[in-house]
Amino acid sequence: MWSWLPPCLMSTICTFEPSSDVPSVQLEKQVPRCRRCAEVFDVDAIRAEFPLLTDRTIDDARLIYLDSGNTSQKPRRVIEVMTTFMEKTYAPINRSSYRLAGEATEAYEGARHAVARLINAPSVDEIVFTKNATEAMNLIAMSWGRANLGVGDVVVLTQMEHHANIVPWQMLAQERGVEIRWIGLTADGQLNLSNLDQLLDGAKVLSFTAMSNVLGTIPPTEQLCAAAHAAGALAVVDACQYVPHNVTDVQAWGADLVAFSSHKMCGPTGIGMLWGKMEILDAMPPFLGGGNMIDAVTYDGFTTAPVPAKFEAGTPAIIEAAGLTAAIEFLEGIGLHNIRQHEMQLTRYALDTLKRRFGDEITVYGPDNVEVRGGVFSFAFRDLHPHDVSQVLDESNVCVRAGHHCAKPLMKTLKVNATTRASIYLYNDEADIDALADGLEGASDIFSF
Amino acid sequence: MPGLEELYREIILDHYRSPRNRGELDSPPATKVDGQNPLCGDEITVYLQLEGSGDNAFVADVKIAGQGCSISQSSASMMTGVIMGKKVGEIRAVSRRFKSMMGLEDIETEAGDGEVDLGDLEALQGVMKFPVRIKCAVLGWNTLTSALDEALNPPE
Repeated sequence: MWSWLPPCLMSTICTFEPSSDVPSVQLEKQVPRCRRCAEVFDVDAIRAEFPLLTDRTIDDARLIYLDSGNTSQKPRRVIEVMTTFMEKTYAPINRSSYRLAGEATEAYEGARHAVARLINAPSVDEIVFTKNATEAMNLIAMSWGRANLGVGDVVVLTQMEHHANIVPWQMLAQERGVEIRWIGLTADGQLNLSNLDQLLDGAKVLSFTAMSNVLGTIPPTEQLCAAAHAAGALAVVDACQYVPHNVTDVQAWGADLVAFSSHKMCGPTGIGMLWGKMEILDAMPPFLGGGNMIDAVTYDGFTTAPVPAKFEAGTPAIIEAAGLTAAIEFLEGIGLHNIRQHEMQLTRYALDTLKRRFGDEITVYGPDNVEVRGGVFSFAFRDLHPHDVSQVLDESNVCVRAGHHCAKPLMKTLKVNATTRASIYLYNDEADIDALADGLEGASDIFSF
Repeated sequence: MPGLEELYREIILDHYRSPRNRGELDSPPATKVDGQNPLCGDEITVYLQLEGSGDNAFVADVKIAGQGCSISQSSASMMTGVIMGKKVGEIRAVSRRFKSMMGLEDIETEAGDGEVDLGDLEALQGVMKFPVRIKCAVLGWNTLTSALDEALNPPE
């Protein structure tokens, strides 16, 4: 039978063992937390859970994966749960009456419970599954936006947004003359909130990232949501980079709509999430039409199913939902608070190491204070092009991203075409940062002229 | 790092260090076309001055502007050296030969292409082993193709 209860991750240092008489599916169950583990963040033990990070080699050496801001690697448990699910439980959901289909439906709905718990959503029904966070952002713009925005209405964004929180609004701007205003940045890559009230004056929406995928900046989300509400605007949060690395509480934020994805938090690709306050989701028109999202259909028209089904047209990512649950339980087993603490320490180490070893030859964008930044390091190294830097780093199996990081307007603000970006997660350690620095020395050698 | 030495050959680094025919031409009369690699944000601008008409049209001058990595920049620099003074038909043959060297399968080569001398461009052969970088190597060439088409068939 299907079991949701994960074994303790820290089996090497912890005596906790899951009980064997766990019921097959417990939707409201609290994931066990290990107090001993919470005090010992053992990166080696964590990395041992990721087959790709331990087993995959290129040129007979393991990979130093510093591209988790792009997408995260997958722990064994997620891989196994998805495999087992396909072997034992897979069936259509929400439409067939045989017992197997019931089990599959319970597993799919179990993911909704896990997500709600992860972000402290007040109701499980407020979790909508999408294809990815980008689709969730498009859903917001196309459903809420089309129903509520017209000529001259103002949407406020920040200059450090991902294209997913820019282009859907620009599509609305083209379609119906919506005006977009931009919150600027300070010299160290934080939001310049000095004229926030002015920008929000008359605005209908404030949509912003909870953590920049380029600068790592973590803006004051609660303050921004409160400011949006004070101005009568909807508060939309792109939490893609935030949720995998931090304790998330959408109620404490005071947000209205929040989008995030599975694949950046150890879960599979193909499934993203939208959380929203029920009264807002309820009032929004459907986004995609088709099966599952309807209540009744006649030759004359249709009525919609209640939220969340209203926004889940067609067969959803069922297997991926099972994997997502496993990913969330994996993260909860370690503790999001512990992950954040680990990443803050490693971020400090990375910023200090790069500065110490390369001084003025490197410019790392974003704030220096790790209290307000996550583990994302976009940098310019000497006058080398990011493509060349990443090419040389790849020779030593250091995987980083070179390019505009789906934030071309921000690149313009930074006055660069592209940056090299290293980004960390719970499985990275100081040795990975050292390997990055060593690789940069290599780039220095090749392009020394 | 033997793989990298093959990619970053000395002649490539030389063109990267000291790009040939860098700058701008007045447009008009020159044709100006922007090319970009949306994946990495590299941007290149080709300024092309043709003289003569029809089959006899040849490159009187060419300049390159923009920003990019060592591969895209050196490839564009080498390209200017190869095409300067050449007729359009010859340039298209070099372009086909170069792209087929890059392993781009949708390129239909024509009889005689094999004889085409790529000059310094041969050094970019090492890029083949780094498929992600092929787009960088052909960015200048794709932009040049657009510039040739536009110069020969100016928009109304």
